[in-house]
Amino acid sequence: MVLNLRLQLACSLVAAMALGGCASDEGGLQSQKLALIKGRGELICGVQGTLPGFSSVDSDGSYKGLDVDICRATAAAVLGDPNKVEFRDLNPSERFAALASGEVDLLSRNTTYTLSRDAAGGNGLSFAPVVFYDGQGLMVPKASGITSVKGLSGKPICVETGTTSELNLADRMRELKAPYTPLKFQTSDQTYAAYLQGRCVAVTTDRSQLAAKRTGFPNPEAHVLLPDVISKEPLAPATVNGDPLWSDAVRWTVYGLMQAEELGITQTNVDAKVAKAKANPNLADLRRFLGVEGDFGKQVGLSPDFVVRALKAVGNYGEIFERNVGSGSVLKLERGLNRSWKDGGLIYSPPFR
Amino acid sequence: MKGTPWWRNRRLLPLLIQAAVGLTILVVIAFLLGNLVRNLSAAGLLLSWRWLNLPAGFDVSETLLPFNAELPYWRALLAGLVNTLRVVVVGLVGATVLGTLVGTAAFSSNALLKRLARAYVELIRNVPLLLQLLFWYFVIFLSLPDGPAALRLPGLVLAKSGLYLGPSALVDGVWQGPARITLEFGALLTGLVIHSAAFIAEVVRGGVAAIPGGQWEAARSLGLTHRQTLARIVLPQALRVIVPGLNSQYISLAKNSSLAIACGYSDLYAVAETTLNQTGRAVEVVLILLGTYLTLDLAISALMNRLNRLVQIQER
Amino acid sequence: MDPRLKSPSRLARLRRDLFGTPLDGAITIALLAALGAGAQALLNWALSRADWAVIQANSTLLAVGRYPMAQQWRLWLLTGLLCSATGASWGLLRRRSWPRNDRIAAGLLLAMALVVPAALELGLDVRARWWAIAGLLLLARWAAGRWSHRLPLICQKLWPLAWPGLYVLGLGLIGGGLGLQPVRTSQWGGLLLTLIEASFAIVLCFPLGIALALGRRSELPLLRWGSTIYIEFIRGAPLITLLFLGQNILGFLLPGGLAPDRVWRAAWVLTFFAAAYVAEAVRAGLTALPRGQVEAARSLGLNSLQTVLHVVLPQALRVALPATVGQFITLLQDTTLLSLIGLLDLLGTARAIMANPDFLGRNAEVYLVLAVLFWCCCAALGLGCRALEHRLNRHSSTASR
Repeated sequence: MVLNLRLQLACSLVAAMALGGCASDEGGLQSQKLALIKGRGELICGVQGTLPGFSSVDSDGSYKGLDVDICRATAAAVLGDPNKVEFRDLNPSERFAALASGEVDLLSRNTTYTLSRDAAGGNGLSFAPVVFYDGQGLMVPKASGITSVKGLSGKPICVETGTTSELNLADRMRELKAPYTPLKFQTSDQTYAAYLQGRCVAVTTDRSQLAAKRTGFPNPEAHVLLPDVISKEPLAPATVNGDPLWSDAVRWTVYGLMQAEELGITQTNVDAKVAKAKANPNLADLRRFLGVEGDFGKQVGLSPDFVVRALKAVGNYGEIFERNVGSGSVLKLERGLNRSWKDGGLIYSPPFR
Repeated sequence: MKGTPWWRNRRLLPLLIQAAVGLTILVVIAFLLGNLVRNLSAAGLLLSWRWLNLPAGFDVSETLLPFNAELPYWRALLAGLVNTLRVVVVGLVGATVLGTLVGTAAFSSNALLKRLARAYVELIRNVPLLLQLLFWYFVIFLSLPDGPAALRLPGLVLAKSGLYLGPSALVDGVWQGPARITLEFGALLTGLVIHSAAFIAEVVRGGVAAIPGGQWEAARSLGLTHRQTLARIVLPQALRVIVPGLNSQYISLAKNSSLAIACGYSDLYAVAETTLNQTGRAVEVVLILLGTYLTLDLAISALMNRLNRLVQIQER
Repeated sequence: MDPRLKSPSRLARLRRDLFGTPLDGAITIALLAALGAGAQALLNWALSRADWAVIQANSTLLAVGRYPMAQQWRLWLLTGLLCSATGASWGLLRRRSWPRNDRIAAGLLLAMALVVPAALELGLDVRARWWAIAGLLLLARWAAGRWSHRLPLICQKLWPLAWPGLYVLGLGLIGGGLGLQPVRTSQWGGLLLTLIEASFAIVLCFPLGIALALGRRSELPLLRWGSTIYIEFIRGAPLITLLFLGQNILGFLLPGGLAPDRVWRAAWVLTFFAAAYVAEAVRAGLTALPRGQVEAARSLGLNSLQTVLHVVLPQALRVALPATVGQFITLLQDTTLLSLIGLLDLLGTARAIMANPDFLGRNAEVYLVLAVLFWCCCAALGLGCRALEHRLNRHSSTASR
């Protein structure tokens, strides 16, 4: 087995070198990571794994969710096959080390985009565009009669350790001069188990996550989200800082999903749109976007039709949202800030040109 | 020397072997360190300790040492260490008492007690500690009732909001007492004490069994009861054998306290994990952890060695 | 001597053991009352409040994790092979005799094959597989006992070598490759992963531990100091920090992409961890060896390697056997820590199941089943060790006669 593993590694290394060589022949663009992924024939994506709507495992063992679809879109863009992804479940505490040491290629794990995580002097990640604008909230049992964060003074609050939620909670309670007892757990499972068994009066994390988890409670109506939103939580996929081409590939794949929604291109009509673009040389914007002309794909280290591949795999951003967390899901979250900018939201892709 | 080939040379061969081993170790270490430095500098995480002075930004629950989120990381780690020490010290005392009781119960004149002590040891030793901790916290302690329904024992109230020692009273549906232990600390302590006691009981049993039967008989013929014999004659002599055996059990207890995260107690390891996540300083955090636990073990060993000398001298 | 004094009636003996003195009587009554109350509460819970659907619905998940359904025949095949090999070894050991212990073991096995699948409400085809495997084991036991003397002696002597071969074959069957569809380590889980991790670490930590123990007692200062530092360093650190180191830092220590994946990384950490403890157990065995043994071997003209292999190790390992097996049992229990670093071993899978909203709050049932499983595995290892010790001692005493 170990020998087998070594052999595989050796083969993938050789393949990676060979591909790296090809890439350099093509025009000086090099990305170790891209070459490694192509050589391996598989994208390794770090996800949360137990968060319905974002990433969770079905009873048949397949992963589903918004974060998962971002991985699949990237795999489709890079390798041409949305199923060539290996998912790794990561704790909040291990996710950055896993990315930094190269154990995962892409972190798509409802991770908040912050300065210290992005900065080269901090965690040193490179964030792709925000795929979900969230805010931190608190959930309490209805029976507790608590209606605001102030009411939690002196009470135990459950929080997952190693998250921005932990830091925001400390900040906000300090601002309010409200003493509290933080009860920290390593995984979200334990956190909610302790909350449901009544060990703490409130549980805090991103509001979408609270809503998602609440749907699974034995008695969802017995729990309410407090109206206070105590932080901004823009959730974004991340790659390691040292490989700009790989970061570009992920960034523009995600932008492609957003741009497609703006242009009205969906999973079902993408083929028709491509045919239309091919037939009509006057549709320059569409032709460039779908890779019929120009070399945008090559500029980010991917094939010209990378957006088409991603769209065929998972659909545009709006479709991904509705399917996983919106009206097509059990979570039934409003699009809110996550509407396209044309509808008054924050989802906005820079132009493809 | 002539005629002896070099590979059978009794003086040269050890030198050659050592040189080969030393070289291999050096090469491996250099290889690993080289990679470490290269990878760390690529990730912008080269070894540095300045972050220890930055404000931590997170809170630590139930600290003996006052701590808040504005204090630096090293204070957070120190608070975690104090929490670790607290559970280790209380756990050592508890496990020693319970372990000695169970260990000596194996020599009781009551057959049922003897069997029960044996069953306890066999049950606890064959079930993983982590499983036991999760059981105590999630199954037992978290299903305690709260408010007026809380379990009331003489001098102790067990409620979901905590374990209250001493005379406690219900004020506005909330228990108030002179001393309160959190469920997390309670569960961790219970789990550690019960687990370690089973191992200590074996050490005690072995020590007592090592005392020759003549000692028992002599004490009996002097008119001492079974219990008196055990407490006054046999145990003091058995200490000679027991104390060295306790050393490794105490060290295991200290190391096992790092499983505190399983039941939500903020010990050193839990704080270190949070610190790693907020700073990304994997190597530094692991170095701090390893160094601290090694020091803790050495301290326990030193203490036990002194105790051991005391016990051995007394015998004369 | 009065025969009644020698063997008092059962009742009288019970009375002497339990009510010898008034204090003993009081203790007995208190203990009985406590035991009774505990047993009643437990029964009450198990029969009326407990809901065993959580185990029935997730038995496959607990056994093999997310191992692909279509490939599970490989695991059944492996189980069948392992059981036949166990039966054959058992038969070779006992020949045609069926001592009482063997009859009890066979009975237990049959009862388990009948009761467990029924309790888990498995489908009829799966139940049939359980029965077939139990039958296979007993058949192999019977056949090997009956016919093995007809085989040439060399086959019987070489039979134990089948086990390492079977182990490698097993890993190949589980992981795939060579024509079989590969199953990634991230899909291994549950009891399967626990057993793989534990067995891998047990197999490898043993030789490593022996090497370290010999190194620590070596006359060459560099070897001695190197081994000592390694052993003391590992023994001074909690396993969780080492696993943490393996998961978070190993990736930095090795060139990109060369680090083994998380499952094997954890297996190697467990191996290196356990090796230090095994080394201490073996060292105790080495210390117990009289100096004269080495001197005698040397004076017979054996060189250092021969002395160690033929004289020192066989005797030292026999002394170190109980402590070493104790370490193996600890190692099996330590695999539960993998759930803290995000691997889906038996405990990790169990915790994932309890996060499923359908089974929320069913902690007690799941933990109880896990505790029973671990208890049985560890107790079986302990019993096996005692039997082996007994056998070795008998051999050495006949040899010395």
